[in-house]
Amino acid sequence: MDVAAATKLGAGIAVIALAGVGIGIGNIFSALVTSIARNPAARDQVFGLGILGFALTEAVALFALLIAFLILFT
Amino acid sequence: MGGTGIVAAASDGTGEPSIDALGQFVLHPMAGPTASWLTFTQANIIMVIGAGLVLWLLYYGAKPRAVVPGRLQAAAELSHDFIYRMAIDQIGPEGKAYFPFVFTLFFFVLMGNLLGLIPFSFTYTSHIAVTAALALMVIVIVTIVALREHGLKFFTYFFPDGAPVFLAPLIVPIEVISYLSRPVSLSIRLFANMVAGHVMFAVFASFVVMLGGASILGAVGAAFPLAINVVLMGFELLVAALQAYVFAILTCIYLHDAVHLH
Repeated sequence: MDVAAATKLGAGIAVIALAGVGIGIGNIFSALVTSIARNPAARDQVFGLGILGFALTEAVALFALLIAFLILFT
Repeated sequence: MGGTGIVAAASDGTGEPSIDALGQFVLHPMAGPTASWLTFTQANIIMVIGAGLVLWLLYYGAKPRAVVPGRLQAAAELSHDFIYRMAIDQIGPEGKAYFPFVFTLFFFVLMGNLLGLIPFSFTYTSHIAVTAALALMVIVIVTIVALREHGLKFFTYFFPDGAPVFLAPLIVPIEVISYLSRPVSLSIRLFANMVAGHVMFAVFASFVVMLGGASILGAVGAAFPLAINVVLMGFELLVAALQAYVFAILTCIYLHDAVHLH
């Protein structure tokens, strides 16, 4: 296979991990919405936790994205 | 890093300009013999500016000591109280002692992320050398704090209470590995966020240039990647603050583990 084509395929394969991250972030925000709907008074505490979970999960997406960028641009 | 991209122009063979998305992270030593001897680069200049901005905010913000604060004093007090409450909430009453460390760390990372969003500026947190140094400092200080607070009892941290003893060969290596992987994840999280954000800026900006140079129709189409870049700038402002917050709160959580051992 052509090396250029292989690197592009490799970058595409590297971002398959984003599927799991999408599920994870969806889970976090669905739980956040549910908990705020059940107990609106807890909004301030729960919102911070939700954003923290979002940032930690998003980092996994960025690891995959970084690998894809490294494959593509170096 | 840097140089011309290998990938972009290779397959289609039309000689189109390649996207050099990582060239923005190359360090250039400043002019002058002392600067080049110290390898004082643009990253170091932004670091000095960021540290100076924080000092300026706190010094001139705290100076009036008004009962009803002005804008600058309110900004200084809000930032102080925000980190103070975070340290106390996460670490407990002992967090007071570690608040200056967390505060310094938060503002150094925040300034790096925010100043990097100014065009023609440089994001020093986009270098693994900077974030790894910060994360290693955090983990060394956390370990020293734990050893000082608990002495050799600290090593019971790697074997939770109530676990069956015959599981020790399994649990202890897992706990040790998870402890040692903290600086890795802490540094790569910040570094990857910043690099990914700025590479996305560069990729969409290069789409604007390529489309705009193509034809009249392309110039109209170039509005879309430009609009995406504008939205991305707002998102990156959020990410800049969020990643500084995450860095600081994870430091607090590690310090909590060090002070309380679980």
